[in-house]
Amino acid sequence: MANAIEAKSLTRVFGGNKGKKPLTALDSVDLVVEEGELFGLLGPNGAGKTTFIKILATLLLPTSGTVKVLGHDVEREAQAIRPRINMVSGGETSGYGLLTVKENLWMFSQFYGMPSNEAKRTIEGMLELFGMSDKANAKVRTISTGQRQKMNVVRGFVTDPDLIFLDEPTLGLDVNASFIIRSYIRKWVKEQSGKTVLLTTHYMAEADELCDRLAIIDRGKVLACDAPAKLKRSVARDSTFTILTTPCPCISEIGRIPGVKGFSNRTDGSNEEVRFVLEEESVIADIVSFLTSRQSKIISLTKTEPTLEDVFIQLVGRGLE
Amino acid sequence: MISLTLNYRAMMGRAYPRMVGVLREPSWILFDILLPLLGMGAFIYYYRAMGAPEVYTGFVVLGGAMTAFWLNVLWSMASQFYWEKETGNLQLYLLAPMSRMAVLAGMALGGMFLTTIRAFSTFILGFVIFDVQLETSNPWGLVAVFLITMVALYGMGMLFSSLYMLYGRGAWHITNLLQEPIYLVSGFYFPVRQLGFWVAAAGSIIPITLGLDAMRQLMFSGPEVDPFLPWQVELVILVGLAFVYLIAAKYALAYMEHLGKREGRLTLRWQ
Repeated sequence: MANAIEAKSLTRVFGGNKGKKPLTALDSVDLVVEEGELFGLLGPNGAGKTTFIKILATLLLPTSGTVKVLGHDVEREAQAIRPRINMVSGGETSGYGLLTVKENLWMFSQFYGMPSNEAKRTIEGMLELFGMSDKANAKVRTISTGQRQKMNVVRGFVTDPDLIFLDEPTLGLDVNASFIIRSYIRKWVKEQSGKTVLLTTHYMAEADELCDRLAIIDRGKVLACDAPAKLKRSVARDSTFTILTTPCPCISEIGRIPGVKGFSNRTDGSNEEVRFVLEEESVIADIVSFLTSRQSKIISLTKTEPTLEDVFIQLVGRGLE
Repeated sequence: MISLTLNYRAMMGRAYPRMVGVLREPSWILFDILLPLLGMGAFIYYYRAMGAPEVYTGFVVLGGAMTAFWLNVLWSMASQFYWEKETGNLQLYLLAPMSRMAVLAGMALGGMFLTTIRAFSTFILGFVIFDVQLETSNPWGLVAVFLITMVALYGMGMLFSSLYMLYGRGAWHITNLLQEPIYLVSGFYFPVRQLGFWVAAAGSIIPITLGLDAMRQLMFSGPEVDPFLPWQVELVILVGLAFVYLIAAKYALAYMEHLGKREGRLTLRWQ
């Protein structure tokens, strides 16, 4: 199987001139994605996911290192790459509000040289698949965020690329819209030979559900790269617990308790859910003592199966949120 | 695929939103025809109050109509890439395989179509309301001058748009700097030669200066026309300007794109 993406020692630094502090967005990244894979990049905001995609999509040059997309160098052979790729970003507001959904999609298809009638037929078929037929003639400025994002996804796939970059494609969407998009992505890559998807997300469940393999990336570095099941197995020997507690102002101090490999917490305003990866189960007693000594009331304590979030916590030492 | 077919389709695709805009946003009838008529009326009444020759009424109507093209080139051509970047369209243009010049040509074609309708409407209304006397001796020459002026003018817009692709708001000042002085330097409402040869020559960098001067010669007669150069010479210079601007735009665009990719300034920070 040929490689769809091949990055070697890829580094991208922003700024650094006029006395500004340079920011290393990607730091010696080595990554290979094979043709036909649905590959995920999982990482928090600012991890370098979008920078990586922009380089692959020929919109940004690497500072050092080499990157090949579909066998072509992104810096010297961008023109050979562009007809075969496309990209969709979450929260995208591209297109023109005075055009209808169908017209916008047609316009973008023309930038890839699709014959006009073929483009119109494909667009109609895809809008039907996405449950958007009734919005085909609606002006883009009148449709909802979810409908707009579905239109963006159609835009990305309508040119039938060999490799598509999906940068947080379900960002901010409701469950139904996300489900439709995820189903289409999975079907598209599995039912056609040689089609590749590079998906970035910070939704763990989405990455787990969709990806054949994924790379966990943080602060510009790839920390792990494997199939989701294998990554989860790598933390199976550790103990993972979830505690639901009343708000604890000293929550960050939990990380200092010996035996805590990492934790993440999220709050809904009234309660706090804390997820731990521990070296051994007995450490949970120290955590309970810590919380109770600080007047936090423990509502529930659950031992959980490892998830991608636990993998992330173990690798990074903190949660994704 | 033959790259000519790809670029032709891309150009027509990009021209489309501007062409349908004529039908879908009829507010232009008020803002782009009726309001400019008020400005033209003010100039015409100044001239009449001062006892200027009647042919000046025609100069004002012609200049008023051609103003639409100048504003379109400044705000909807040169600065368009700034808006495209803000909405996320620019990165999709740059991601696609077509020539960047095809996108600009589409913008220009759509802009010319839209603005020609507006300018022609302004001209006809001005012609009727202010009773302009035309003496068109060479209609084909007039058509040639108009078309070549458009190509040169929109070519200049393409050149400016490469600046906007990279500098965004910074390039805004250039637009503001260019908008008002050109009414004087290009002689929108009077023969540019009255500013003196060297000022007229400097103003000729903007194609509309020579275009207007040549059109005045071809639409009106009498000593008041006061040509800067014979219209045939101006036509040849305009052809040269069209080539220079289009070629410069192609190279400037390629250079700015490379610079933007190196500095990470082609897309929005959050995207």
